[in-house]
Amino acid sequence: MNRFLLATLLAIAVPAHAVLPSEQLADPALEARAREISKELRCVVCQNQSIDDSDAPLAADLRVIVREQLRLGKTDAQAKEYLVTRYGSYVLLRPPFRYDTWLLWLGPFAVLLAGAGLVIAWLRARRGVAETPALTPQEQARLDALTKD
Amino acid sequence: MNRWLFALPIAAFLVLAAVFGIGLTKDPSVIPSQLIDRPLPAFDLPGLSADAPGFGSKDLTGKPLLLNVFASWCAACPQEHPMLTKIAREGVPVYGLAWKDQPADSAKWLSEWGNPYTKVASDPAARTGIDLGVTGVPETFVVDKRGRVRYKQIGPIDEVVWTTILKPMLAKLEAEA
Repeated sequence: MNRFLLATLLAIAVPAHAVLPSEQLADPALEARAREISKELRCVVCQNQSIDDSDAPLAADLRVIVREQLRLGKTDAQAKEYLVTRYGSYVLLRPPFRYDTWLLWLGPFAVLLAGAGLVIAWLRARRGVAETPALTPQEQARLDALTKD
Repeated sequence: MNRWLFALPIAAFLVLAAVFGIGLTKDPSVIPSQLIDRPLPAFDLPGLSADAPGFGSKDLTGKPLLLNVFASWCAACPQEHPMLTKIAREGVPVYGLAWKDQPADSAKWLSEWGNPYTKVASDPAARTGIDLGVTGVPETFVVDKRGRVRYKQIGPIDEVVWTTILKPMLAKLEAEA
């Protein structure tokens, strides 16, 4: 019974968010967009949280700004851009592909390719061992002599 | 080639260790300012009371100066306060931006600790601070004669920051046309 209760509670539980009712927009579609944008923006105070998750007062201010931008009819990109011009691409939790971020984006693939290269080199080397040429008659004769007793 | 293959993981380790080692010396809470070499965003803010007028971005030109962001709730501001007082006594204009703070609270804080500021502007709604890219208090902007931001100090100014960074920079900006 307890287990059932626990399972039910877990099933209906939703993660807590920092967005306060007073911040929310009346228009549910606009509010949903604001939530999505907020999830992509880094809180500059507690840096590993999005402003959607953060309880920091500055994060609340930034959430309000995002909603304000949307109410003004701005697109999602424009709303994000508003904060990027003030805090830099640093506030984007998904960093853009730029001249100073190429290593970040391509680095893992470079490492993967290097690893694949190593594996191929190793496999080749092993095949080389398997394909050792057969013994010459002289060598065979010597081996026979050595293993006779 | 195979003979040297064993060195590859060691080399990879050394490169990673170097990268992470350099990373450890950096402070992740320092977010580079977007305003460097750009004019201050336009603002015009009231002061802390009717008889203490605030200032606007237009007032911050003509002489290199410091724009210090502070708040009565800020824990590190009292620590920085003696340095600001000293800097102001040396003749450097220090403007104060009371950020995310009620004017009455800022005024009370200044009456307790002393007021080193040439002028104080009140930004309880935090908008000017956000336009400036402020992430916390205290932060201090170095503004040149033409009203452009040239440097941002994140965290309190101490003796070392003042003598090695801010003071030489202000002297250099003073010499600029």
